[in-house]
Amino acid sequence: MIPHDDDAPVLDPASAEWISALTAAGRDREAGLARLHGLLIRVAVHELRRREASSAVTGAELDDMAHQCAADAMLAILDKLDTFRGESRFTTWAYKFVVLEVSSKLGRHYWRRHPTTLLDAEDWERLPDRFGVDPGEHAERADLVKAVQRAVEETLTDHQRRLFTAIVVNQVPLDALVSQLGLNRNAVYKAVFDARRKIRLFLIANGYLDERRQGR
Amino acid sequence: MNHREQLERVLATDPADVGCEQAIALLHMYADMIATDKDAAREYPGVAAHLAACGPCGEDFQGLLEAVTAGA
Ligand SMILES: [Zn+2]
Repeated sequence: MIPHDDDAPVLDPASAEWISALTAAGRDREAGLARLHGLLIRVAVHELRRREASSAVTGAELDDMAHQCAADAMLAILDKLDTFRGESRFTTWAYKFVVLEVSSKLGRHYWRRHPTTLLDAEDWERLPDRFGVDPGEHAERADLVKAVQRAVEETLTDHQRRLFTAIVVNQVPLDALVSQLGLNRNAVYKAVFDARRKIRLFLIANGYLDERRQGR
Repeated sequence: MNHREQLERVLATDPADVGCEQAIALLHMYADMIATDKDAAREYPGVAAHLAACGPCGEDFQGLLEAVTAGA
């Protein structure tokens, strides 16, 4: 865990033990793989249960998905084993692959529960819900929604507009979009990030938002 | 909070935000630091900014932290 300049990673004892088991031959390796696989399944089950309320993946389906996540994480870990430099404990590094697999599989699973969600349907009526309900200021709010709509039309690229609409207006989970469009998470996040910034600048330039309230 | 403030929140972006790719690349180090009470946010302010703003990466971070601290 200590930064160092040498080529050979300096590992804490437990991590060194993992690497030596997984790079050994014969029975030692088999035993290491089995032990790691057991841990990965436990982490996958725990993570899927933690996200059960929002994912609605439960019971046998959850167990099945946990085994798939652990198996896929295992492949990724073994494939990237020589990139582990000991910047964290080995198990932390390994568990990250499981957590990422869970997110990816839940992103794909979303479409089984919501097969009719349209990415491009622009239901602007829903937008005010994102701003909270403020009964005394109906006219002002309608005005603001129109301004956001104009900002989306006038300042965003087609790509940014599509992703902003899906995520912010239609509230499709980001990882579901990643799976549907075959993009990576970073690309989707970046497009929506840029869209947010552009819309905000438009609203400031047109007097709808206050510039002084910069950032958070 | 009125709707204007809510809109501000929906549209807020932090210039320090490093994005998903970098945050994920550092996530195991970040989680280990938090798990051992080190000031990860000070060491990696761009990751902290990202995890606060990005739902999915924040979720992955929570999951990883639980896996690590549960000693699974
Ligand atoms: Zn992210």
